[in-house]
Amino acid sequence: MSIDTGTTTTRRPLVGTGVKRREDRRLLTGKGEFLDDLSFADFLEAAIVRSSVAHARVRSIDTSAALALPGVVGVFTAGDLEELLQDLPPKVVHPDLHHRLRLPIVLDEACYVGEPIAVVVAESRRRAEDAADLIVIDYEQLGVVASTAAALAQGGPLAHLDAEDNVCVHITQRAGEPDEALASAPHVLAETFMISRGGGHSIEGRAVAARFEPATGELTVWDATQAPHYARQKLAELFGLTEDQVRVIAPADIGGGFGPKAQFYGEEVLIPFIAMRLERPIKWIEDRWENFVSSAPERTQTHRVEVGFDDEGHLLVLKDVFEHDQGAYCLGLQVPTITMSTLPGPYKIPNIHSELISCYTNMVPTSSLRGAGRPQAVLVMERMVDRIAEHLGLAPEEVRRKNLIQADEFPYRVGLLFRDGSPLTYDSGNYPGLLNGALERVDFAAFRELQAAERQKGRFLGIGIGLCVEGTGLGPYEGCRVRLTNFGRILVTLAASPQGQGYETVYAQLAADGLGIDFDLIDVRHGDTANIPFGQGTFGSRVTANAAPAVFDACQQLAGDLRRAAGVLLDVGAEEIELAGDGASVRTEPERRVSLLEITRAFNVGRHGMAVKPGSPVGLERTAYFTPERAAYSSAINVMIVEVDPETGMVQLLRCVLGHDCGTVLNPLLVDGQVYGGFAHGVGNALYEEMHFDSEGQPLTVSYLDYALPGSLEVIVPELFHQETPSPLNPLGVKGTGESGTIPTPAAIANAVEDALRPFGARINRLPLTPGRVLGALGVLD
Amino acid sequence: MAEERTSDLDLHSVQLEVNGEAVQATLESRVSLADYLRHGLGLVGTHLGCEQGSCGACTVLVDGEAVRSCLLLAVQLDGAKVETVESLAVGGVLSPLQQAFHDHHALQCGFCTSGFLMSLTARLRERPVTDEHDAREALSGNICRCTGYAGMVAALLSLSGAGAGEEHQ
Repeated sequence: MSIDTGTTTTRRPLVGTGVKRREDRRLLTGKGEFLDDLSFADFLEAAIVRSSVAHARVRSIDTSAALALPGVVGVFTAGDLEELLQDLPPKVVHPDLHHRLRLPIVLDEACYVGEPIAVVVAESRRRAEDAADLIVIDYEQLGVVASTAAALAQGGPLAHLDAEDNVCVHITQRAGEPDEALASAPHVLAETFMISRGGGHSIEGRAVAARFEPATGELTVWDATQAPHYARQKLAELFGLTEDQVRVIAPADIGGGFGPKAQFYGEEVLIPFIAMRLERPIKWIEDRWENFVSSAPERTQTHRVEVGFDDEGHLLVLKDVFEHDQGAYCLGLQVPTITMSTLPGPYKIPNIHSELISCYTNMVPTSSLRGAGRPQAVLVMERMVDRIAEHLGLAPEEVRRKNLIQADEFPYRVGLLFRDGSPLTYDSGNYPGLLNGALERVDFAAFRELQAAERQKGRFLGIGIGLCVEGTGLGPYEGCRVRLTNFGRILVTLAASPQGQGYETVYAQLAADGLGIDFDLIDVRHGDTANIPFGQGTFGSRVTANAAPAVFDACQQLAGDLRRAAGVLLDVGAEEIELAGDGASVRTEPERRVSLLEITRAFNVGRHGMAVKPGSPVGLERTAYFTPERAAYSSAINVMIVEVDPETGMVQLLRCVLGHDCGTVLNPLLVDGQVYGGFAHGVGNALYEEMHFDSEGQPLTVSYLDYALPGSLEVIVPELFHQETPSPLNPLGVKGTGESGTIPTPAAIANAVEDALRPFGARINRLPLTPGRVLGALGVLD
Repeated sequence: MAEERTSDLDLHSVQLEVNGEAVQATLESRVSLADYLRHGLGLVGTHLGCEQGSCGACTVLVDGEAVRSCLLLAVQLDGAKVETVESLAVGGVLSPLQQAFHDHHALQCGFCTSGFLMSLTARLRERPVTDEHDAREALSGNICRCTGYAGMVAALLSLSGAGAGEEHQ
């Protein structure tokens, strides 16, 4: 593979190869560096007392018994932390957003079960939990909003006392003339869909540790976060410190992210602040119950959708009005606004009405989870395409083919805005290519024959397609610093930090290619704000499209410096120098060479007090940031074959073909891994994962005994195929890949289940498709 | 009430063998094996994912059997032999199972990996994995959120001699 850089063509021998991961060895041998594995021997430990009711006025908090317990160092409530009572503002906002003050800790009104009310700091976690049990909170219970329907009901309770209603935001986006188009469309179909999304469930929960050095005024925070620079920025703002006074370290190993760890939580403020107050280091490790009640999940959306189409199945208009559960506070509008713009997907729809009503409820605040609002939108669109096919007696694959944006129609303006406020414009893609690729692998005609034959025997098979377009690679930027170190090695420092994606491997591949230096001489570090000043973080499938161009750019710049440096030492012009292996040589006389070690000794380490030739490149280090113009759009197709048992309601996955286009593939092993993992999330979303709350807002699913994550027996291995349509928005042509396995999967499964149950006329309009829901759709249970 | 709690500090002395080494400890009765391994012995490769016995991340071997170390009290284990993930690689050489995990991209974040390795180590000592369904049965006691189990299934099949999954050749 090569790219044209203008004057020369750069070879990239490692990009595109499935290099095995460097990270594995430490993780396989129990030497990983997860936050709670780090040695924090002198640290105090914190336990957090959380609201046990969904909505209440806190009348009093009695901490005296807790404070009297031996080993307890302090108990802190809002009354002790006045300086901290500052708003934690939402990430993505809108001019019409009705914001509710979100404090790190409850002041007087608790708005969900799990909201922090007090922090106990003790010599050990066990002792802190003992003390937490002794804290007595007097609640005055208030009316509870436990669903979006309740939130929008006239005269119902309010999720916040000081509010007039429960609406967080009401936004409508329109393209064309949707009302006229609906009135004049030859056919109109309508349906209501409810989709529960569930939680992130990284197997490692959240975790924060903090140490304050009074002598220097420096605060160091270890945070199992997807966005260390974001956390650093927020802490610096809240504490009135400049950026350099706060160092946030995302440990080398983070036990999964999936979205919830990209948010910024009260605990990330409380633990550092109390560490500063006590001048003692503290750590807090979230347990699984806390993860269920306090880490942001992504919850239910309710969509009311109408589609208008002609006799041949051409889409004429889409109208979707949906309710989104924001939870008790708004962490940002990223999820519902992404849902709005994901609806049209790969289809040409001249008239669109997309309307969001986001509400506050008395449940844990929601935010992005792998897929982030997209699986819901794709489910709505893809279910309706199948309904059109059924209505007209056409094959679902044919209705899709008729409406797809064609490969020569890019850049394609959809007519809506994306979550960054820019016009929704697909950069590149080949959706017919994905559909054809899937149809080459799955013989629909043969399947229909098999389906008919099996139905005769009382066995119900179904096939479903999920096709999606995914906005990835959001800006504003990501950065990289590349340095020649004192041992003659190359250190690549990324601003973004991974949670299992394999950055230490893939960015070393890219750096090796960018520099022309041996892969084995390149080290990749990440996650420490002290090592590179600015960054945004790992979320929204954005790092590849932002960080990869930055790494490549920084490496090419450093390669130029290394050639000049070698030229000085070898007394030739830089253009005569070639980098290879562990050093540089004269192109025409390869025996004349210097090693990286010699270069660093001459120009980075230097000889104290000795001059170098004027104009020599000293301080060999380069920093680069890449700023994409806008999002790059990945795409994927999932064709799923299922069997449904109408007696038990059980859905069994039989076969899946998953086609995927993330532009240039940097490491196919890692990309496949992302798609497989994402696919499993989609399976959980489709069939198993659901958070239940009772009408009083009490969470009923707070352990893995009552919240089902997909295990090895529930997931199959999808047959993957890749299509590479490079993005024109970055020089590497890359797009994001972390969520493409998730996004089309619930739609494909739902379509397949309805297809299997077509003889019964079952209507699939609510996920997850638990056996009870399937039986309900069959009319067996209501 | 506070006094009551303090009196919970009933201490017990236990002797056990951890990764071939004899250890002795005096512990509160409520200390789980996982907490003792991690914080008492510094064997932090054993991870806690749920502390409810569901996820399997904390799985270790006690007298050869795969157990959830979050659900066992350390003081129950007087005289027991405990094996943790730290024991698998001998002399810096990965075990065949660890090597197969690496070769087949069977781990991503790695937090659950120790538990899978220990569950599978116990299983593979009993009998080899025969086919994909058998591999999935062997994996079914633990939860992984990153990989979709694809790489782990392929890794197990490679050890069975049945060949890796197509996707990871």
